[in-house]
Amino acid sequence: MKAWDAIVIGGGHNGLVNACYLQRAGLDVLVLEKNDWVGGAATSRELTPGFLYSNCSYVCSLFRPEIMRDLELPRFGLQVISYEGGAVFTRDGDYLANYRDHDAHRREFARFSKRDAEAYDRYSRDVTRQCRFIQPLLMRTAPDPTSFRPRDLGELLHLGKKFAGLSAEEMALTLRFWTMSISDFLDEYFETDVIKANFALSGIIGTALGPMSPGTAYVLLHHYMGEVDGSVGAWGYARGGMGAVTKALAASFKVSGGTIRTGAEVDHVLIRNGKAKGVVLAGGEEIYGKLIISNADVKRTFLKLVEEKELPDIFLRRVRNFKIRGSSGKVNIALDSLPEFPALPKDSPVYRADMHFTDSIERMERAYDDWKAGRWSADPFLDMMIPTTLDPTMAPPGKHFMSCFVQYAPPKIDGRDWTDVDRDGFAESVISQIVQYSPGFRDRIVHMEVRTPREIEAEVGLTEGNIFQGELTFDQLLFNRPVPGYAQYRSPVGGLYMCGSSTHPGGGVMGAPGRNAAAEILRDLAKPSLHMSPAHDVI
Amino acid sequence: MTSSDLNWDAIVIGGGHNGLVAAATLAKSGRKVLLLEAGNEVGGAARTEEFAPGFRVSSIAHLLNRLHPDVVKTLELERHGLTVERGDFVPSVVLSKDGPLTLHGAYGEVLTGASSAEQSAWKELRAQLLRYAGVLKPFLSRRPPDLGNMSLAEMTGLGQTALALKRLGKEDMRDFLRVLLMNVYDLLDEQLSDDRLKGLLAFDATLGSHLGPRSPTSLLGLYYRLAGEIGGLAGAQVQPKGGMGAVVAAIRAAAEKAGVSIRRASPVARVIVEKGRAVGVVTQGGETLRAKTVVSAVNPATTILDLVGPREVDTGFVRKVKNIRMKGDAAKLHLALDRPPQFSGVDAAGHKGRLVIAPSPVHVERAFNPSKYGEFSPEPVMEITLPSLVDPSVAPSGACVLSAVVQYAPYALKEGWTSGKPKFLRAIMAQLETYAPGIGATVRHAELLTPADIEARYRMPGGHWHHGELQADQMLMSRPVSGWSGYDTPLEGLFLAGSGSHPGGGISGAPGLNAARRIIAMRA
Amino acid sequence: MNHHPTIKPSLDARTAAQSHFRMLRLGTPFQPRIDALGLKQDWYNWAGYRAPHSLWDEELEYFAIRSQAALFDISPMTKYRIEGPDAEAYLDRVTLRDVTKLKPGRVHYTAWCDDEGFVLDDGTLFRLSPARLRLCSQERHLPWLLDSAFRYDVTVEEETEAVAGLALQGPTSFAILRDAGFAGVERLKIFDLAEFAHDGATVTISRTGFTGDLGYELFVPADKALSLWDRLMAAGELRGIRAIGYTALNRARLEAGLIVANADFTTSEHAIRADRLRMPDEIGLGFMIDPNKGHFNGRRAILEARARKKLRHVLVGLEIEGNIPAKHAIVYYKKSQEVGLVSAAMWSPMAKRNIALASLHRPYGDTIVDDLWVEIYAMRELQYQKLMKKAKVVPRPFIKLDRRTANPPADF
Repeated sequence: MKAWDAIVIGGGHNGLVNACYLQRAGLDVLVLEKNDWVGGAATSRELTPGFLYSNCSYVCSLFRPEIMRDLELPRFGLQVISYEGGAVFTRDGDYLANYRDHDAHRREFARFSKRDAEAYDRYSRDVTRQCRFIQPLLMRTAPDPTSFRPRDLGELLHLGKKFAGLSAEEMALTLRFWTMSISDFLDEYFETDVIKANFALSGIIGTALGPMSPGTAYVLLHHYMGEVDGSVGAWGYARGGMGAVTKALAASFKVSGGTIRTGAEVDHVLIRNGKAKGVVLAGGEEIYGKLIISNADVKRTFLKLVEEKELPDIFLRRVRNFKIRGSSGKVNIALDSLPEFPALPKDSPVYRADMHFTDSIERMERAYDDWKAGRWSADPFLDMMIPTTLDPTMAPPGKHFMSCFVQYAPPKIDGRDWTDVDRDGFAESVISQIVQYSPGFRDRIVHMEVRTPREIEAEVGLTEGNIFQGELTFDQLLFNRPVPGYAQYRSPVGGLYMCGSSTHPGGGVMGAPGRNAAAEILRDLAKPSLHMSPAHDVI
Repeated sequence: MTSSDLNWDAIVIGGGHNGLVAAATLAKSGRKVLLLEAGNEVGGAARTEEFAPGFRVSSIAHLLNRLHPDVVKTLELERHGLTVERGDFVPSVVLSKDGPLTLHGAYGEVLTGASSAEQSAWKELRAQLLRYAGVLKPFLSRRPPDLGNMSLAEMTGLGQTALALKRLGKEDMRDFLRVLLMNVYDLLDEQLSDDRLKGLLAFDATLGSHLGPRSPTSLLGLYYRLAGEIGGLAGAQVQPKGGMGAVVAAIRAAAEKAGVSIRRASPVARVIVEKGRAVGVVTQGGETLRAKTVVSAVNPATTILDLVGPREVDTGFVRKVKNIRMKGDAAKLHLALDRPPQFSGVDAAGHKGRLVIAPSPVHVERAFNPSKYGEFSPEPVMEITLPSLVDPSVAPSGACVLSAVVQYAPYALKEGWTSGKPKFLRAIMAQLETYAPGIGATVRHAELLTPADIEARYRMPGGHWHHGELQADQMLMSRPVSGWSGYDTPLEGLFLAGSGSHPGGGISGAPGLNAARRIIAMRA
Repeated sequence: MNHHPTIKPSLDARTAAQSHFRMLRLGTPFQPRIDALGLKQDWYNWAGYRAPHSLWDEELEYFAIRSQAALFDISPMTKYRIEGPDAEAYLDRVTLRDVTKLKPGRVHYTAWCDDEGFVLDDGTLFRLSPARLRLCSQERHLPWLLDSAFRYDVTVEEETEAVAGLALQGPTSFAILRDAGFAGVERLKIFDLAEFAHDGATVTISRTGFTGDLGYELFVPADKALSLWDRLMAAGELRGIRAIGYTALNRARLEAGLIVANADFTTSEHAIRADRLRMPDEIGLGFMIDPNKGHFNGRRAILEARARKKLRHVLVGLEIEGNIPAKHAIVYYKKSQEVGLVSAAMWSPMAKRNIALASLHRPYGDTIVDDLWVEIYAMRELQYQKLMKKAKVVPRPFIKLDRRTANPPADF
């Protein structure tokens, strides 16, 4: 029987990134994907004729440029286009826009508050400082603070030195920043509600937290750490939808000799004498491999694919305690024409930007209270965009695809599973919000796909529908991610590794977990990582 | 010679417990110390006051659970009448429709009313909480490290903490680092199953802060509580005989014995600043008093913005001070009752303890939600004591005093407290009636102090007990503001010694003691 | 909930206000005139305004400053009106120099610092009346100024768009103003200001400028900008008045030894990297510090840095051998040890010297001033010609023109 050098379970973006690096390092790698298509949560699917849906992830800003270069993704069709800013519509018929031009941005803010307009530079400086501190950590394995191994000590020292290099003021802000709520943080800079709401949304996207929850200032950084071709913090969109990212990865993988099997759901990992030997597919087929790397989240991997007896109690306890509650849903809509927003001038770049309707922190927080109570938000927070205004390849001419990311949607409704009726109610909460700002919107809808955490879990396999494969709170970051003691992509089972977003540095279409895991695997194999270019400089 | 001509070594502003501790400690080092108290009595929010004819009650703080042992020792408080014995410890009783659950001894050394599985889960969790709180405990009696400019002593202090961490053992240390900034709700879900027990812990973690149990970092509140001790045992609590005023009386006696001059009814109008140095104060009566050192044990924002004034300090500093979050959420209820209430299912010993209405963490979280939007909890959570059962002298014979700390009552109530207060009182009484049927009919007099009332009466801005939210970003190096966490201020000769400084509020005396030690160390 | 104003602007006003995305660079109130003269269409972005690098010939524009009169649009400069009984005390606390010594009708050059003593900006402070002042600067500071105003009886208002500004600089500038009918302008000594009638409004004229030459600055309500321009142009026709762009002005200011925020030093609210922050003593503004006046922002940090010798940089004027401008050249000690960077450099037509401003690490430029070199990378036809040239620390300004301060001002 053939034994692959490595088998990657799950063809999401991190699984593919990991597979690509290992294949290029000379391993013979097999990727197993349960669906009939690869991509995990980064897919473009034609769900209605002529319309491509980026039906899960919808923004490409975090994807590491080092990975795009190493794996030659542009050659395989990946092209990222920046959004033209963003906007928050206000309930009084106006809107606040974020323009890419610094001065237009300031003048726009000055419509609401001259003070806030001039506070932006200091805010931006302080956030940039924090980003610069954290960004280099993305492409490094988190050190284990309980370890005395030279490598961990070295990494800790590196962290300590970076911290010591900050000014006393920066140190103080850094310490506070990690534990503050985005709402309190913004209060220190801005006075206008809609301006605060405009920034706060980056503190909650993808999390089971409200803007008033401590720790959300850090989440903001997680969303700001991305870059589009050197423009740090920019959000962009992949031409052809988010599937273009994984399509390019799959092509790169195949060109370098890798093998992908779709429709191949892994039932469990084969373990002999504490060492992973292969996998057994749902149909019973056994496939052998020297290394098994799981792109699935940590709960799915260790509570479903691995037998309990193979794992130490303390590890199991920690995996069970891993927080992976879903908090968002998605409504994807095919439109027969471009919706109109009476508040927005017809020639506004905001049509090519991300749009929001939550104009106060309080509305955001109240939406979160609904999540805590186990129901979808009555007045949801939407991160909405019409990618076809930037990328005409996704719909027939003149027609449009609209992506609505929706918060909050709990993994269970009042303790029970979602039903189809619930799903329709959830969709209606979204549509009725849009209609308030875009009369006639309903009539433009050609087709709609609604994804609650239930659908996200069922299709993509993300436990509880959590898009980050685990919440981004301090107890699950850095050396705590996914669980203490196993934050370096290895597991208690020999030869079994993790490479998904459950691992450091976490979720978003970033690819860093997949790459970092590959680096650790190659280290264990004592193989040079020749095809891995150094992380970008932060100077 | 009038006192104006005297040159004091130190003037302490504010005769709350921290001011008294700071003054006494400074006086014991040989300094000539004057303490100025605005009110007619010292004690601040730790007084015993009459709220209805013949009914007396501890004004705000009603349980003693964290008076720092260094304070007791330094000021020899036992010699001044403060004694706490194991027999004085009172239990915590969680009231519930399913029957009460009781934590006996020092924070539940023994748990009754719960299943045996829950008892062993609690035993494990309690030990873990105390271990982890123990790692943090040494910070209470130290200046927070000055990151930009670390001294040898500070390095050593941090080194000791690292060692304490190491002593936990590898897996314990990993868990410590994981849960440090976690929310209390999830941790309780991981380890316990009894809603009553979880409700109590969720309540204790968030008491006195603008957090709900689900707010990340809320577990720190529980650590803070358990880092405190009384009678040598962490987590223990007593109802002081004579109320909190008796505790303050002991500290005052120690201060007077050490030679502190105490002047009551002497509110300070401003701190005199000359060339960037604080050199004395002017009282509201117009008297000028000069001193080498001025120690403010009142609120940091009051000190800087009102007494010093923004003109003598920098804008960035003023910004930081104005950004200290200090809007209280806790109200205080005092009831004069015709007779002791009967809480359903609670025994006599339980009635002498702390009775808590916080039936589940979800309930506490739900009570928290409206406070975010300037609304009070329709079903408030609270801790109740019946001090007259422990010390009959505080109520007329046969009658009873009820003292309760009630959350959440946001300082800035959107509808205003004038119309909100009676509504909130009704909401509280409805809760009490549920657990002590018939109590409403025995109320002779009710006094509800909202945070707005507390602000006005006790000069505590925002009505906040801690003089600043005790949350992760306002702790340690960031308390009261970053860059000035070691009791110093940008003005030479001016020090902060109140609860607004590290480590924070509660009747501990630690800020006052630490500040005095800092001043003494500087001149040594 | 929302804090939107309850009185909403009319829909038309709102629509007009929303239109930033259509006009990313605003024109100043003088734009029609400048557009007409801007033969080169060579614009740059000055704080969101379309401003000319050069209008027709940067060499000749420079010489207009030095031999005739140059008209330069300074409207994009950030302007704040500070008014109220506490205006003096407030500004004395915000800025470094002693504002109690700034008499009504006078202007001074000053700077302001954050708590750590790092310079937030430099600028000019105009005392229009005892309780009414104008602060002009490169960057924007409204939050800082408002937060500093806490408990002062003072109002701070941003008036950049409302007030248009012109600099009229050069030897014939006085004669032009006089001929334009601003009677009494001859009485203005250097750093004096006065108000004059213009077109039914008031123009504030100060004898100030950024060129080291005889010159004036004029501030006028935006709607009177064009008539002021026309009035000056008409009066100056026979005195060689020419409109100029920034390149020419930048040369003149360098000869005068003046520094520019975010060109010669990084302002503290824009410094992302901690080592880019500068104290006044590190950029040649130490003279502004008055330890004997009342409290001012940053005082503690500045005096402590002085006392503990924590100052790390120094800004110096350099005279460099040869004639090739040393723009952004690295400064070396003994040709090998890197000790600083040139921020501005040029061949000075007035001084006939190769001059530069540089920021050096102390003690270089402070106590060690010998054996300094600059390495010039001169790009010539797609190749760097590297030159190692000796540099001498010299006092600023590099040129001193008597006509700048002469009283009465010379009538050329």
